[in-house]
Amino acid sequence: MSVTPFRLPVVASLRKEAIEELLARGLRIDGVRDPFTPRNVRVELGVVEKAEGSALVKLGNTQVMAGVKMDVGAPFRDTPDQGVLTVHAEFVPLASPLFEPGPPDENAIELARVVDRSLREVGAVDLGQLVIRPGDKVWVVWIDLYILDHDGNLFDASMLAAMAALLDARMPYYEEIETGDVIVDHGVKTEEKLPIRHRVVTVTVAKIGRNLAVDPNFEEESVSDVRLVYALDESGRIVGIQKSGEGALKREEVLRALEMAKRAAPVYFKALEEALTPAGPGASG
Amino acid sequence: MEQASEGRILVLPGDPLDPAVDAQPPYVYIDENGVKRAAVPGFVSRRGDRLVFIGLEGIYIPKPGDVVIGLVSGIGVTNWFIDINSPYTAVLNVQDFLGRPFNPATDDLSRYLDVGDYVKVKVLAFDRTRSPLVTVQGQGLGKIVEGKVVEISPARVPRVIGRKGSMLEVLTKETGCEVFAAVNGRVHVKCPNKELEAIVVLAVKTIEREAFTSGLTARIRKLIEEEMVVRGVKS
Amino acid sequence: MKVEGVKLIREDGLRHDGRRPEDLRPIRMEVGVLSNADGSALVEFGRTRVLAAVYGPREPPQKFMLLPDRAILRVRYHMAPFSTSDRKSPAPSRREIELSKVIREALEPIVLTKQFPRTAIDVFIEVLQADGGTRTTGVTAASLALADAGIPMKALVGGVAVGKVEGVLVLDIDEVEDSMGEADMPVAGAPDLGLITLLQLNGVMTEEEFQKALDMAWDAIRRIVDMEKEVLRWKYNVGGDSK
Repeated sequence: MSVTPFRLPVVASLRKEAIEELLARGLRIDGVRDPFTPRNVRVELGVVEKAEGSALVKLGNTQVMAGVKMDVGAPFRDTPDQGVLTVHAEFVPLASPLFEPGPPDENAIELARVVDRSLREVGAVDLGQLVIRPGDKVWVVWIDLYILDHDGNLFDASMLAAMAALLDARMPYYEEIETGDVIVDHGVKTEEKLPIRHRVVTVTVAKIGRNLAVDPNFEEESVSDVRLVYALDESGRIVGIQKSGEGALKREEVLRALEMAKRAAPVYFKALEEALTPAGPGASG
Repeated sequence: MEQASEGRILVLPGDPLDPAVDAQPPYVYIDENGVKRAAVPGFVSRRGDRLVFIGLEGIYIPKPGDVVIGLVSGIGVTNWFIDINSPYTAVLNVQDFLGRPFNPATDDLSRYLDVGDYVKVKVLAFDRTRSPLVTVQGQGLGKIVEGKVVEISPARVPRVIGRKGSMLEVLTKETGCEVFAAVNGRVHVKCPNKELEAIVVLAVKTIEREAFTSGLTARIRKLIEEEMVVRGVKS
Repeated sequence: MKVEGVKLIREDGLRHDGRRPEDLRPIRMEVGVLSNADGSALVEFGRTRVLAAVYGPREPPQKFMLLPDRAILRVRYHMAPFSTSDRKSPAPSRREIELSKVIREALEPIVLTKQFPRTAIDVFIEVLQADGGTRTTGVTAASLALADAGIPMKALVGGVAVGKVEGVLVLDIDEVEDSMGEADMPVAGAPDLGLITLLQLNGVMTEEEFQKALDMAWDAIRRIVDMEKEVLRWKYNVGGDSK
């Protein structure tokens, strides 16, 4: 059962007015950006050596870590010739006073499912290549999203972390033995990358008062009625949408949000690319 | 909007209304462009020079001064909890009921009013932030000890009363029963005998079901007359 | 569930069930179908059959859930175990948890919750048979059940899913089109107010396709909400001329 949130942070009405009034003038409460620009974003790869792939994304003060683990398992009955992709999100209690220990709540489940669909529907990972023996043994790819610090817009940070960890991942060493079983040695990474066909990011646009803004921070989210999450691939196709939150949108707002999302998406793609090609000053090894 | 019989117009949630329609929330609301709209199904009809809104569905919200029929649903240390067929459970304090100081050591509240008893009360105070407070101090208020209480939708109560009490008159005149239709959708029926009580209960249920059809008063009069013959209380 | 060998768009341009791309399935709506609930409705889109019940406003069992300035909404979307080809476990799945949230958020903008502080309004949606479009059929049924219960609302809402199969945008997709198609876009909203209250896309669309799909959905939602109004008029014995 889904229940209207009843333990929300109290935002002073003066603060709410300030956020709305600034936005009406094309300004943001966190200072240096306009309604079209995401916060500073940084993607770091390989942050957990024991994972097949990992990434840490910092989007403003929001931090999300993603880990990719792989194992051999059985395919789903209706897709015997495809590997399995699974996304989970944990709202770790250390990330926010609002997070409680326990099984994933509806927000965590929604987040994981939106990331999952955005990857799945466009075939971002070529699951057809992750088959060891059709109908019997395939690779199972787990993406675990770990929210470490919640300062708003968990969708975009999580999507970026998931995508980065997938691109960072290397297949573990494995071999088939005489009994037909497959032995995986997670301690040995091969040079083989995951078959990634498309890069996908999400851009979240929040409606605050009567105005729209991309990448809302926590305070902006707290006073926003509704958010629209657009998943876009590198060619600009829409590969997923999720309206989230208690408000409603007019048709023009939906389309304006899409334009804003398309305009902001390159920022995230660039952050991803920079992480993958460490070069220039400040890059390590 | 749909034209209906008797010059009424049926409106449904979201339908724009004539700004002159005399109605308050929760039946109507004003949208962000200043347009008055229906919030529940209702009829808009003309009464003299006024346009009135008659809600077809309704939820009883207590108002100070309302006389309602409550059902005792729980007993506290110094009060009863009264179900008044509303989202909000009412509170009746023991001092109010007993009219004297109260000793929890010797007074057993359930001896005066027990769970399951009907009680006729008046709403003293309610502001939606605390439970409504009710009283039995007043003419005709207190525990209901005889007769029957029929539950109907609060939105149908005006029909049971009728214009200037016309329907109540039909229900009581021939039968000799007393009928009190409380705004919270509970109708107390008190009759000389069980047969007559059954007839009036049937009539009230029929009014609820056919509330918004035309010629209802005449049909109810006929129903009562026929039933009285059938049940042998009138030849 | 994969169904092999079904041509989703036939040579004559019609869909596998004979509909044109812009056709809805046969729709049936009924209000007041349950005796205990304060409001209820049964809505069918083709073989998809969804029951909705509304209870409240009432005091919630747990007082800590209360909000001082408005009613809370509690919404459950649930599929009956026999509603699908393979039996569905009655325990709530991750999908059902997400859809309960998405449907609640489709109703929040239109229910006048501020009228009933400190109470809960419960909306229970049971999918009796699933053949595509269950969440939007659920929103439609919930809208009727809320009106039936007399819960004050800004407007009626309706919903429908637009899909893309073999490159063609099609309205009101069924299960076969959903599982084999390239996209499924559920939309719900209140045409009286021009508000979209539910929007999801599972699949891939270009911007042009998205705009067209949105317009197709919106046009259909108008028709669906008109049907809701017709059904409610009949309830009060003032239906139109279509006997």
